[in-house]
Amino acid sequence: MNRAILNGMLLLLVAFMAAGCSNLNKKSTAGGASVEDRGISSGEMSDIDAARSQGVGDGTGAGASELNDPNSPLSVRVIYFDYDSSNIREDFQSVVEAHAAYLAAHPETTITLEGHADERGSREYNLALGERRALAVRRQLVLLGATAGQIRTVSLGEERPVAEGHDEQSYALNRRAEISYQ
Amino acid sequence: MKLLITLILSLCACVASAQTGGPLTIRITQGVEGALPIAVVPFEYAGPPLPQDIAQVISTDLTRSGRFRTMDREDLPARPADVAQVNFKDWRTVGMDNLVIGRITATADGGYLVEFRLLDVFTGKQLAGFQIPSHVSNLRLTAHHISDIIFKTLLNIDGAFSTRIAYVTVDRKDAKNSTYRLMIADADGYDSKTILESPQPLMSPAWSPDGNRLAYVSFEDRNSAIYVQDVRSGQREKVVSGIGINSSPAFAPDGSRLAVTRSLEGNPDIYVVDIASKQQRRLTSHEAIDTEAAWAPDGSAIVFTSDRGGGPQIYQVSPNGGDAKRVTFNLGNYNSRASYSPDGRHLVMVNGGSGFRIVTLDLKTGVSRTLTGSSLDESPSFAPNGSMIIYATMGARGTELAAVSIDGTVKQRLALQQGQVREPAWGPFRK
Repeated sequence: MNRAILNGMLLLLVAFMAAGCSNLNKKSTAGGASVEDRGISSGEMSDIDAARSQGVGDGTGAGASELNDPNSPLSVRVIYFDYDSSNIREDFQSVVEAHAAYLAAHPETTITLEGHADERGSREYNLALGERRALAVRRQLVLLGATAGQIRTVSLGEERPVAEGHDEQSYALNRRAEISYQ
Repeated sequence: MKLLITLILSLCACVASAQTGGPLTIRITQGVEGALPIAVVPFEYAGPPLPQDIAQVISTDLTRSGRFRTMDREDLPARPADVAQVNFKDWRTVGMDNLVIGRITATADGGYLVEFRLLDVFTGKQLAGFQIPSHVSNLRLTAHHISDIIFKTLLNIDGAFSTRIAYVTVDRKDAKNSTYRLMIADADGYDSKTILESPQPLMSPAWSPDGNRLAYVSFEDRNSAIYVQDVRSGQREKVVSGIGINSSPAFAPDGSRLAVTRSLEGNPDIYVVDIASKQQRRLTSHEAIDTEAAWAPDGSAIVFTSDRGGGPQIYQVSPNGGDAKRVTFNLGNYNSRASYSPDGRHLVMVNGGSGFRIVTLDLKTGVSRTLTGSSLDESPSFAPNGSMIIYATMGARGTELAAVSIDGTVKQRLALQQGQVREPAWGPFRK
């Protein structure tokens, strides 16, 4: 990817974000939507940031950052939980370890951990369960070398399901903590 | 801050005028045996058509309560407007116990005078009769007031037909894009208005005791925060925010304080917040989850959900602090979101087992009663007269609202035309 195209992309991104913001001001009463909600993932953003810091892109985009290497455990950004549990499952240990190592090696990097619950039971109690999941991941990350200041946690309870079904398959997808890099 | 409020106000006004979504439709799914037979005669009126059919609204109200059996209009043996025109024998013949007649007249100031009489068919006596000044935009409310009077006269229970409900609706486009709306509607689902719209989740609406304000949780700042909004003006204020959870607001009976959930130190506890001064006092202090506070109507106690015993159960604490004592025993391993009946005698809560149901608990006798039988029932809220409980349940197209009488004999569904409807909160009596 040459510099002109990269610059063009950056311009587009800025324009998109600006459009998103003005759009928000017009429409929203509660305001405050973030970039993610306008359809740009944090992954794309760090991709461009990484490319810019290197001065050139390598033409594939994917190799620009280890965060975006699909073969790295760092590419896994969602940790799933068992019912009524905030224990980090065996199959997600390596993912948490990889993110902890990355955060330890990049002390300027910050992340948000979003905790979620499935729809069963009362909403406010599920908000607390979502927080418990986000905090469990944070505790593990800090134990493994990240600093607490790098990690912001937020719970959305059952308010932002990924899967809409009312079955165990959907519930399993909704009981999660999402990692997003800033 | 002032600018922000002005901005929000203008945006709210914009939203209110552009609100979408039809009224809730109500379906009686189960009625009570021995309902009182009553006939509501169309009110006499000469003039250009009115936007509301008052007699129809009254008739629907009474039917919806499950306590009355109303007569279809085409079956009415006569359509009197004055007592002198009533032949009581006609009404006894068709099995009616009571009869409602009335008249609407336009007044010089552009309003209306609604006159009605409630008659006992057997004695021929008038049981109630009122003249109520109304306005074109108020005719539905006037009809609900008349229903309240009929209910009180015949059953000696304050009617809750003229009350309102608040609830949250969600229009989901995809996993990342949804529109959340905080709505208010009449208790029969009509006249719904959007009072707040957001791309981020809205939760847990709670009425102030005077019905003028709503407290709720909004995620517009990328985290939960508690707002209090004036229902009429739309003016709102952020009352509790900061790191961690800020949620589950419940007005104290005096309206000056909120019981809330905060997780400042990494786990949720109950705090009491003075709305004017924002001063906060911590009420519980336990490493478990403490949330979903609700006040006793006399302000003497607060119940809340805690999993300090392993799973979620209901506990009670004095609003002045002190030890919490467990309230729910032998009711399974999941009890949450409890609130008091208006007389303070019962709790209603979500009880989990093979599914999640609405259960009441008599605090005096310890007797519990399972009122619903679906699998995902939640967010129960008592009517201010204590006769019904509104709650959210899973319908064919997602969550919808339902109501059940406290003895479980009358059931209704309130389905919105579009979107998901959740977290109903039944407002207080209107002054």
